[in-house]
Amino acid sequence: MRELALNILDIAENSLSAGAKLVEIGVFADFAADRMVIRICDDGCGMDEEMLAKVSDPFTTTRTTRKVGMGVPLFKFSAESAGGSFDIRSEKGKGTQVTAEYVISHVDRMPLGDFGGVALQLVTMNPGVDFCIRAANGEREGVLDTREVRAVLGEDISLSAPEVRSFLKDYIQENLVDIFGGRL
Amino acid sequence: MKSLEELRALREKMKSQTDNRSVAGSDETVIKVGMATCGIAAGARPVLEALLDEADKRQLHNISISQTGCIGMCRLEPIVEVFKDGQKYTYIHMTADKARQVIADHVVNGNPCKEYLIGEN
Repeated sequence: MRELALNILDIAENSLSAGAKLVEIGVFADFAADRMVIRICDDGCGMDEEMLAKVSDPFTTTRTTRKVGMGVPLFKFSAESAGGSFDIRSEKGKGTQVTAEYVISHVDRMPLGDFGGVALQLVTMNPGVDFCIRAANGEREGVLDTREVRAVLGEDISLSAPEVRSFLKDYIQENLVDIFGGRL
Repeated sequence: MKSLEELRALREKMKSQTDNRSVAGSDETVIKVGMATCGIAAGARPVLEALLDEADKRQLHNISISQTGCIGMCRLEPIVEVFKDGQKYTYIHMTADKARQVIADHVVNGNPCKEYLIGEN
């Protein structure tokens, strides 16, 4: 993994396999304090305490085909190797919240990468799931909420229709450039 | 900057076009891209993007492109599965360029790209 955006995609995929109906993703940068927080929050099936305690161990997975699960450990490592911290909370039946904090200027902080592309992929490829994606820099916040988009489009037009996809792509990119301006 | 107002206008425009996209029927080609940790780390995202982009460029309507979880052969990722004419084709070690070639040769012209199929190398 060379981009934080790919880590976000990976964790969000976990939310989807947990049967989430709403996934909230936030990237919050505070350039003055040199800090950045990434948070992924879902209303999926959650985990019990026993699983939660082991989930950062690469030799834990829910898969039955093998004994290795790298998603959460890689995300944790990305934060802890960049002077930041990592936190995961979950409640069985309620959902899971994953938070990673970074020192923006840390030499080992991975670049954010193509977060816009990841956001676009998540919202257009998962018809039954709603996403609320936020990006903020302390002064301005950009929000893409698929519930709002669906309300505008109505039931007969899907988010994956090429025209809608192309609109969303520009919408996301313009907002991200305005908020982060390539600084992450 | 773009706003949701523009989306509203876009919807009106789309509603007025008759949609012939849903006429796909049973000859639909289904493409799945493995998008678990293994796939993502190996570069599945650019592959998926290339597939969508190529399908869009060529105005292919009887095609469904989606993502799936771990296909089970992590060392062969990125993996693309194509379901066409009642058969399953598994392409391995994909790149964006190979993905475009699969759309052109296999999906459009009906000739599977044998050199990228599993078991061929």
